[in-house]
Formats: sequence, structure tokens, C-alpha cells
Amino acid sequence: MSAVEVARLSRVVGGVRAVDDSTWSAGSGEVTAVLGPNGAGKTTTMECLEGLQRPTSGTARVLGTDPWRASAEHRARVGVMLQDGGLPVTTTARRLLHHVARLHSGPADVSALMERLELDRVADRPVRRLSGGERQRVALAAALVGRPEVAFLDEPTAGLDPHARLEVWDLLRETAVDAAVVVTTHSFEEAERIADHVVIMNAGRVVAEGSLAEVCEGRPLEERYFALTVGTRG
Amino acid sequence: MTTPTAPSVPSGPATSAQRWLAQTRFETATILGHGEQLLVALVLPVLALVGMALTDVPDLGPGRRIDVATAGVLALAVVSTAFTGQAIATGFDRRQGVLRFLGVGPLGREGLIAGKLGAVGLVILVQLVVLGGVAAVLGWRPEPAGVLPALVTVGLGAAAFLALAMLLAGTVRAEGVLALANLVWVLLLGLGILLPTDRLPDGVAGLARVLPSGALGDGMRLALVEGGWPLAQWLVLAGWTLAAGLGAARWFRWSD
Repeated sequence: MSAVEVARLSRVVGGVRAVDDSTWSAGSGEVTAVLGPNGAGKTTTMECLEGLQRPTSGTARVLGTDPWRASAEHRARVGVMLQDGGLPVTTTARRLLHHVARLHSGPADVSALMERLELDRVADRPVRRLSGGERQRVALAAALVGRPEVAFLDEPTAGLDPHARLEVWDLLRETAVDAAVVVTTHSFEEAERIADHVVIMNAGRVVAEGSLAEVCEGRPLEERYFALTVGTRG
Repeated sequence: MTTPTAPSVPSGPATSAQRWLAQTRFETATILGHGEQLLVALVLPVLALVGMALTDVPDLGPGRRIDVATAGVLALAVVSTAFTGQAIATGFDRRQGVLRFLGVGPLGREGLIAGKLGAVGLVILVQLVVLGGVAAVLGWRPEPAGVLPALVTVGLGAAAFLALAMLLAGTVRAEGVLALANLVWVLLLGLGILLPTDRLPDGVAGLARVLPSGALGDGMRLALVEGGWPLAQWLVLAGWTLAAGLGAARWFRWSD
């Protein structure tokens, strides 16, 4: 069984079918990149997998468990980085990360994680005083501090400078050695550099899924993407 | 380079008690480290206490003035922390996605609520000690028989106002919560918190007595000034807790 399984998932929000009969999976030991235009249903699918939204029909399974109203035991095995960050802005990065670590029984080394993401220099500033890229790295650290078996990361490198992006890519590859890492992204370069498995969504549906080579069919990912999401460009 | 997150031994949640205590500690430190919250929680109540102790307006009715004023100021402290502070903090946490982030982690929604209860309780304890100390210097002598019923009144008042704070914070946009929570705080000062309801005009007094503000303020005065057990006021506060708690459970939205 795959660590993440989405089976015939649909989610209707306010009369709009945000996710429409979507099926894909993500395995442990892999980075899975979910691509698609804005409004394709990526974030809605992620939120169903995180237990934030309940599917209208179909199923979402993470580590064999229905994430909706899942137990603390399950939630501790899953790391989440939300698109809007979800960080308390009055606290410092150091305090927040130590707090999140205390919610787990065997967390990562917070100092090493901050050093790895080059956060130690800004760790004692309130989150609201951090740049967008720094906040992004704090949110990523908060998702990984519990040493998750599955990590859902919504656009983890959006707004990062090239150096930070490379460091995050390395960290995600290393995390994926023992975990299933699922990232949403708009970056073809990101998908090509770190993904083992690719899912392309368009208008709520999965239009391609497979290894990077399978999805690309010998052509650049960008070309395949535009061919598969035709009609939504611009 | 080492991988700080490698799950060589699977990680799990800390125990429920550890998670809830951690969240209580985190929230308490956030409140006490926040200048605006401290202003509302301690500075303004101290100013109100000193102002009422050193002047003879407004008329607080029968009883030693400092005793009546202190009971009202302790009620004000409860409202400041359990209602105004928590409504605003929760409203902005909801806006910023903090509730969603912590809710999907091992803390969960139940842990968020437990942490709020713990933090509100601790901060109110600090307020009671500080304000009680200032009041004692100013000559406050509470009725010993009223200490226990006063503590029960504080607990019930905190529960009612925290439930109202969650109802407001979970249903209104953050800017609206900020405006309404401050407005309500000001309005309640005159609706039974600092001013006894029997000092209010007839029509208003009846209304104030069934509001949580009147019940909390009158309850504190009955306990600490007269040593009585404010059973009717407890009933009002329990009713508001139940109604607002059910409303919050039904309508609270975790996302903005």
C-alpha cells in the first residue's frame, strides 16, 4: 500500500467541483510533485489529505488512515506546510519550533534544523518581522520538526532565493529517503530536479501521473504540462 | 551534512498531558509577552482600581468603596483576559492559519482548546495576585467567607466569557473581532462590571443582571463584600457558557 492514496476523490466547495474524481498515490522513499494551474485542485486535495477538508466522495488515505478527525498518533506521523504558512506572527522562530518539537515524542534536533535552513541568524526575531522567504523556511522547519513519515508541503520553495531553494531541495531529497514527501509546485525545474513521481492536475482532475520519465514521454516537462493543461493557459 | 529530520526511530505524539501543558505554556508566554494584552489585562485594571479608590466617582453604592471597587476590577480582569484578549488573539490566529496548522498536528483541536483554558486560567491567577496586592495596599479587606464563592465566580465568569470570545472569533473576520471585542469591553464596564447593577437606571439594571457582565460583577461583589454565595449569578453565567459554547461548537470556522 502506498503511503498516500487518493481514490476517486471529489470535493465540492460552494457548488464548485474543486476536485473531480481524482486518483493518484505517493510512495514512501519518494518525492511526489503535484503540478497544475491555479484552481486545479492541488491545495484542496492536500487539505483533504491533511484532514482539513472532508471529501465529498471518494477516499483519501494517509498511512492507511482516513485523515478526517484522525488521532493524535496519526497526526504526529504527518508533517504539514500550509500555503498560507499558519505561523503565529508574534512569536519567534526559535520559540515556535521548540514548541512544535515538544508536541512530539521523538522530534528532530531543532538547532540542527534551523542551522540547516539558515534560520539561526533570524531565529530570535518575531515571525512578523521575517521576510517572506524566511517565513517560508520557518514553515518548512515546522512541518519537518516532528520527523514525519509523510510530509505535505504546499509550495515549499515559493519566494525563496536560489541558494535557499537549492538547500531546501537537498533537505527534501534527504527527508524522502525514509518518508513520503508530497510537494505542490508551479516550478518545472523543481519537479524535474527533485521529483521521483509527478501528478499533473487540471480543473480538478488528474491528467497525468507517473514517474517523471513516464509523464514527460521524452519531452521537456514544461511542454507536456502545457499540452495537458491546454485551454487554461493565461 | 546530517539530515536533522531523518526518522530512524518513528516519531509519535507527546502524551496528551505534555501536549496540553506545552500549549498552555506557549499561550501563557504569548499573552504575557504581548504589550497590548498586558495593557488590557493589568495596566488598565490597575488604573481603574487606583482611580476609583482615590476619587468618589462614580457612586458605587453601599459598602466600603475600596472593597466594592476591587471586586469590580477583578471582574474586569477576567473579562479582559478571557474575552477581549482571547477573542482578538484567536481571531488573528484563525486569519493567519495558526489554528489550521496546530489543529492538523499532534496538538489537535482539543489541545488548542485545552491550551487556551490553561493559559486563561494562569493569566487570571497572575491578575488576581497583582491586582489583589495593589488593592491590599490601597486598603482592600475581602470578606474571608467570600473568597471561595468569589473563586467559583471567577471560574464561571472566565468560562462564559471565553465561550463568548470563541463564538465571536470563530464567526467574524479578524478586523471585526478587534473592533467588537474592544467595543464590548468598554460597554460592559458600565453594564455591571465596575458599576453595580443596582446603581444603573431601572430598565438598564434588569438587562445588565442577565448579561454575563452583570452576573460576574454582582457575583464578585456579593461574595467579596458581603461574603455571600451568588447562586443566581452563577446560574446566569452557566447559561451564557452553555449557549455560547454550543454556538461556538456549531458555528466556529477554523479557516478565515
